[in-house]
Amino acid sequence: MNKVIGLSASLLMGSATFVLSENVAPSQDGGYGLGRTALPEEIAAWDIDVRPDGLGLPAGSGDVFTGEELWIDNCSACHGDFGEARGRWPVIAGGFGTLHGEDPNKTVGSYWPYLSTVWDYVHRAMPYGNAQSLSNDEVYAIVAYIMYSNDLVDDDFELSNENFLDVRLPNEENFFMDDRAEVELPMFSEAVCMENCVESVEITARAAVLDVTPETETEGDAAAAEVIEVAAATEEAPPAEIGPSPELVAAGEEAFRACRSCHQVGEGARNGAGPQLNGIYMATAAHAEGFRYSPAFEQVRADGLVWDDEALTAYLMDPRGYLPNNRMAFRGLRDAADAEAIIAYLRAEGGE
Amino acid sequence: MAKDDGFTPSRRQFLKGAAVTGGTLAVGKVYAQAAPDPLITEMQPWTQYLGPGVDAAPYGMPSPHEARVVRRNVPWLTADSVSSVNFTPLHELDGIITPNGLCFERHHGGVAEIAPEDHRLMINGLVDNPLVFTMQDIMRFPRENRIYFLECAANSGMEWRGAQLNGCQFTHGMIHNVVYTGVPLRLLLEEAGVKTNGAWILPEGADASGMTRSIPMEKALDDCLVAFKMNGEALRPEQGYPLRLVVPGWEGNMWVKWLRRIEVGDQPWHHREETSKYTDLLENGQARRFTWEMDAKSVITNPSPQAPITHGPGPTVLTGVAWSGRGTIPRVDVTLDGGINWHQARMSGPSLDKSMHRFYFEFDWDGRPLLLQSRAHDSTGYVQPTKEMLRHVRGENSIYHNNGIQTWAVDENGNAENVEVG
Repeated sequence: MNKVIGLSASLLMGSATFVLSENVAPSQDGGYGLGRTALPEEIAAWDIDVRPDGLGLPAGSGDVFTGEELWIDNCSACHGDFGEARGRWPVIAGGFGTLHGEDPNKTVGSYWPYLSTVWDYVHRAMPYGNAQSLSNDEVYAIVAYIMYSNDLVDDDFELSNENFLDVRLPNEENFFMDDRAEVELPMFSEAVCMENCVESVEITARAAVLDVTPETETEGDAAAAEVIEVAAATEEAPPAEIGPSPELVAAGEEAFRACRSCHQVGEGARNGAGPQLNGIYMATAAHAEGFRYSPAFEQVRADGLVWDDEALTAYLMDPRGYLPNNRMAFRGLRDAADAEAIIAYLRAEGGE
Repeated sequence: MAKDDGFTPSRRQFLKGAAVTGGTLAVGKVYAQAAPDPLITEMQPWTQYLGPGVDAAPYGMPSPHEARVVRRNVPWLTADSVSSVNFTPLHELDGIITPNGLCFERHHGGVAEIAPEDHRLMINGLVDNPLVFTMQDIMRFPRENRIYFLECAANSGMEWRGAQLNGCQFTHGMIHNVVYTGVPLRLLLEEAGVKTNGAWILPEGADASGMTRSIPMEKALDDCLVAFKMNGEALRPEQGYPLRLVVPGWEGNMWVKWLRRIEVGDQPWHHREETSKYTDLLENGQARRFTWEMDAKSVITNPSPQAPITHGPGPTVLTGVAWSGRGTIPRVDVTLDGGINWHQARMSGPSLDKSMHRFYFEFDWDGRPLLLQSRAHDSTGYVQPTKEMLRHVRGENSIYHNNGIQTWAVDENGNAENVEVG
C-alpha cells in the first residue's frame, strides 16, 4: 500500500521528476472483484488434461483392433500405417535402442516417459487439423494401437481407465530433473583468458560444405520481383467470367480449413501430406505430379475418373465410401453445402 | 513511380564504384571524388515533386527499399508450415527492440484466429473460486510494462553437430525482444485464491494444438505476466492475440499463446511439450527434463554471412546481441582471430533483466581474413561456453539449449561464413 500512497503524493505535488523505481502492480486484499465464477459445465468442457497419476482420465476403453481401423482412417496419412511416419511427420513407433546413437529415434515406445501424455495429446490435438473430434473410447483404442505398434502389448489388448495405471513405458526412468545449476554453472563460470589464449586456430567445419541454407534474395532479385509485380498489376484485368460467387468462394475458404493441414492450393502450392490441389477441378484423378498416390487412386486414374462437380461432391462427402482404401485421413463433410463451397474455392484459388 | 525514372540503376553503380575505390585506398584516408556526385549536382525527383500525403498508409509500413528485411523459414526443417518456425532477421536490426512484424513465429497448430470479444481466460483447479475472465475484465487489472527476450529452446538447435546454416537469422533468429504490457499473473491467481497445495500451473492455449506446459507456482507468482500488448500495440495474431503468457528468461515454448486457461495443480502434468519435446537428450541416453532457464548467449549480427563487409578495409563496426535468462549482460568479449586475443565490447542501450543487450566493437579492418566470435558474461558470473565445452557435457543429440560461441569466418572480400574452429 505504501507504493500507492507514494504515487498519490507525487501526483498531488505535481512533481515531474518523480520516478517509481519499482512500479509493481499492487495486490488488493480480497482481490479486485473482477471476472465471474466458472460454471461446472464450463470447467468440464475445457479441463480435459490428463496426468501420469491418472487425474483427469475419463472412463472408457478401446482395443487394438478398433484402434488399428481408427489409425488407418485418422492418423496414417501423416504417421504411416505402422507409426513409421511419412515425410518429416513425427515417428510414433520403434526406435528402441537408438537414444545413445548418432540418430536417436524418439518415439512413444523408445522415448516418451508416460502413457498419460499420449492419451492427453491424442485427445486434445489429434487428428491434426480436426482436434478434439475423437470420442474417449476412440482415444483409448488409438492409444492401445500405438502401444501395439511399439510391441508393448499383444493384438488382443484392450486399454481402459481400469488398467491404464498398470502400464509403464520403458523409458520412464531415463528422465531426470535439470541439473545445469550443479553440473554446468560452476564449470562455465570460471575466469576468462583475454590474451594469447591459444597458439593457433584452424577452421574445422564449414556450413558451405552442407549447402542447406535457404536462398536469401539479393537486392537485385527484390528489385526484379518488384518490377514484375508492378507489371502484373498494370495488366488489364481479364473480362469477368461466369463462375462461383465471391460469397461461395469465401465460404469455401472457411470450410477448407479442415483440409489445410494436408492440402495446399493457390500460388506456390506444394504437395504435403496430401497432394496440392491446383487445377484439380475437371482434372483426371491423381492429378498432382510427384505425389505418391494410393493404389486405389492409381486405379481410378487408369479408369479415367474426372473430378467434376458430381465426383468431387461424392468424394468430399464420403471419401472412404466413394473410393475405398484411399489414404485421405478425413471422414467426409457433413453438409453438402460445404462441398459446393469448397469446390468453388478450389476453382477460384487453384484454377480450372 | 518516381523511383522508376531510370535513377535507381545509376545509384547502384555509383555505390558499387565507391566500394571498389574505397577498397584500394589506404586505410583511414578519406578518398577523393573523381567526378561530382550526381546525387548532389542533379535535381532528384523527391526534392522536386510532392510525395504522398498523410493517410497514404493508415497503418505505416517500412520503406520498399527494406523489402528484404523479413522473417524467413527453412522449409526442410519441418513437415508443414502449420507446425513450423521462421526466423527473425537479426542481421538487419539494431538496438534491442524487435519490431512486431519481424518477431519470429513458432506455431504447433497454425495461428488461432480469435476475435477478442470471443476470448475467455479460465482459472480452475486448486483454487477457492474458479473464474472466467473476458478481455475487458483483464484490462481492468493493474498493468506492468516489461522488456523481455523470448528465445525458443531450439534456437541454434541445428548447429549441434557442426556449422550448418549460413546466417545468424537461421542460426540465432528464434528470438525476439519486445516491451510487454500485461497483468501480473500473480494478481489473477490471487483473484481466484490458490489453495495451499497449489504448487504448479498448467497454462493452455486456445489453438488447434491445445498447447500446454507445467510451470512451478514460484515462477508464476514471481514475474510472469498475462500480456495483451507488445511494443505498445495489440499482440500480433502470430504472437498469441489477444492474450499470451510471458515467462521471463524461460524457454519460449512456455510462453503459451492464445492463453485460454490456467489450471492450478499439486504436480506437473508431463504433457507432450515437456516430455517428447523440450527435453534434452544427453550422450548416455538419459534426458534432462524441465530445462526452463535460457543460458547466457550472444551472437555477432554484423558482419555475418547475410551481412558481409561491403565497404572494404578501414573503420568497421562490429555489432551483436547478448542475453541471459538469469539476469543482465554486463559484459561481452569479442575476438577477431578465433579466440587467441579477446577485446571487451562496448555495451549500448538499456541493460535490463532478462532482456536483449546490444554490443559494439569498432575496429580498423586491415583487409585480412577474420575469425569473429563473441562471448557473453551474465550478471551471475556465467560465461558463454564454446560449442566444444557444451558438447563435452551434453553430446550432440540434445537439440535444445545450444548457447555455444558462434564463429564467423570473414574472407579478404568481406564475405562471412558459418564455421567452427579448433
